Amino acid sequence: MQQISSADPLLKVDNLVVEYPVGARTVHAVSGVSLEIARGETLGLVGESGCGKPTLGRAVLQLRKPVSGQVVFDGHDLTAMQGDTLRKMRRRVQLIFQDPIASLNPRRRIGDIIAEPLVISGVKDPEKRKRLVCDALTAVGLDPELVIGRLPHEFSGGQCQRICIARALVLNPDFIICDEPVSALDVSIRAQILNLLEEMKGRYGLTLLFIAHDLAVVKAVSDRVAVMYLGRLCEVGPSEQLFARPAHPYTALLIEAIPMPDPDVRPAESVAVGEPPSPIAPPSGCRFRTRCPRADQQCVTEMPELRRVATGQFAACHHPLI
Amino acid sequence: MTDRVLLSIENVAVDLPTPRGNLRAVDRVDLKVGAGRTLGIVGESGCGKTMLSRAILQLLPKKAKLSGRVMFDGQDLVSLDPEKLRKLRGRSLAVVFQDPMTSLNPVLTIGTQLIETLQEHLELDANSAKKRSVELLAAVGIPAPEQRLTQYPHQLSGGMRQRVAIAIALSCEPKLLIADEPTTALDVTIQAQILDLLAREQRRRHMAMILITHDLGVVAGRTDEVAVMYAGRVVERAPTPALFKKMRMPYTEALLAAIPKIDAAPHTLLPAISGRPPDPTRPIKGCSFSPRCRYAAGQCHTEKPPLAAAESPAHQYACFHPIEIAAGVPA
Repeated sequence: MQQISSADPLLKVDNLVVEYPVGARTVHAVSGVSLEIARGETLGLVGESGCGKPTLGRAVLQLRKPVSGQVVFDGHDLTAMQGDTLRKMRRRVQLIFQDPIASLNPRRRIGDIIAEPLVISGVKDPEKRKRLVCDALTAVGLDPELVIGRLPHEFSGGQCQRICIARALVLNPDFIICDEPVSALDVSIRAQILNLLEEMKGRYGLTLLFIAHDLAVVKAVSDRVAVMYLGRLCEVGPSEQLFARPAHPYTALLIEAIPMPDPDVRPAESVAVGEPPSPIAPPSGCRFRTRCPRADQQCVTEMPELRRVATGQFAACHHPLI
Repeated sequence: MTDRVLLSIENVAVDLPTPRGNLRAVDRVDLKVGAGRTLGIVGESGCGKTMLSRAILQLLPKKAKLSGRVMFDGQDLVSLDPEKLRKLRGRSLAVVFQDPMTSLNPVLTIGTQLIETLQEHLELDANSAKKRSVELLAAVGIPAPEQRLTQYPHQLSGGMRQRVAIAIALSCEPKLLIADEPTTALDVTIQAQILDLLAREQRRRHMAMILITHDLGVVAGRTDEVAVMYAGRVVERAPTPALFKKMRMPYTEALLAAIPKIDAAPHTLLPAISGRPPDPTRPIKGCSFSPRCRYAAGQCHTEKPPLAAAESPAHQYACFHPIEIAAGVPA
């Protein structure tokens, strides 16, 4: 699995497997995913609900212990770490969630919410804490003086997402996992938050894993995109190239399904067939074969590995489109 | 538009009393839907699009005050007696909501819910109602429909639940279907399937539809006419091709520009709309969009622009400084 390598990856995920028990059965949430994210890069991760995107994000942080596989962050194997050492490492990795209002404690003031990571990581001087909190709030475009003493319910969804971003930035992390950060927001606010993330990435020198189901949103922010289906990677490649010439039929299907804001583009009738099967009993061979127009006997018996289809572009398909 | 007008909303306003004062959710809206046509209503959360659909259905909260007329098929729904109204809803006036989990009853089987609707409105006997239910489920693309009748909503996926909700809505051959964000909770491939399904059934039944959404991409290929709402008012209204060819209201333009485009290069800065929608309990003097509008000048801050037609009677907009250049699809 050495194909998708860059010279100096900040994060390296190797053959990661995450499973959840459901009664006597098992949900195969992530089944053997390998990927690398270079320093300063934004990797977009797309796929439909139930494909294991957030689980992958959580497994990177070791919030869910993987069954097997390795997560190497900046040269340190997180899967081998425990307790304090792991906690210290997590400071450098932050998370932003989908629902900004639900991820803020409704009874605590904004100033305390943003100072919390500092308290946990042992910044004892209250003056210093306050300064860092104010810096983070200013960076995300909020006026600290007006915001610090107020409670989350006094803010709109877009403002709450700004507060969440400020909380993620306050420890000056290297890496942020954004889990559907704009899907709960309105169109006009969504553009503001996407622009803010781009700006913060430049200012703080961040590396981002950007998880979303909306391809257009992912393309707007990502250098490379990874497409996931039922716990496996289908395709990885530079965003522009991947969208212009998708190799995996699933990537092509996702692109075709996007509604275009142009009445002259008639929606392609029934491009998408069926629904994703259950991750409890994924299909044999290629997991996408039950919905794939190109599937044949080989796809039933043999699991496709990620193979190079173009410069920097890899697809797991026996019958790629390119 | 040669089709007969099926629904005519005339000067409809909805006021909601709140602890912070009166909230005008819908502000003097006039709209018409012809038989068999599709109207798209587009706007962000809080712009009044859902309240407007509730006003049509007469399903407003008890405290809400409604004024104006809602003429449907020759009757004014606002003054119609509750018994007649109940007969009408579900029969010729059907609705599909955003979240199929909350619109279906979790403790009744799919079959019970479908058969109940059919028996209530069409007075079918148990056997023919069951037969009809199976046909309906098959029509909306549900595999093994007989077995689904005995299942509960939680046993189905989100997309399948929305198909069931659509089957129930279509069961009595409605003349008008109101689809309120029918695909917002669904994945993009399922969204395409559900929108295709609605379009197919609409053509087949010659049914009128109001498609409510926040996504201009969804209305573009699937409606005859679009009304854009902002802060309770319709701010632009036009036949869909005309709107996308030449949008005149700066809000419509900004809304379209803020959507990330699939053909744009990565890391392109999006033209975001600054600020956020106004607080509906504190009405703005002048144009409600003026605080966020880059074209706003003197008059915009003091006077409300009327919704008026200009070059063609079908294209109306409420703006003192309409956009002159062809906008929309970038050249």
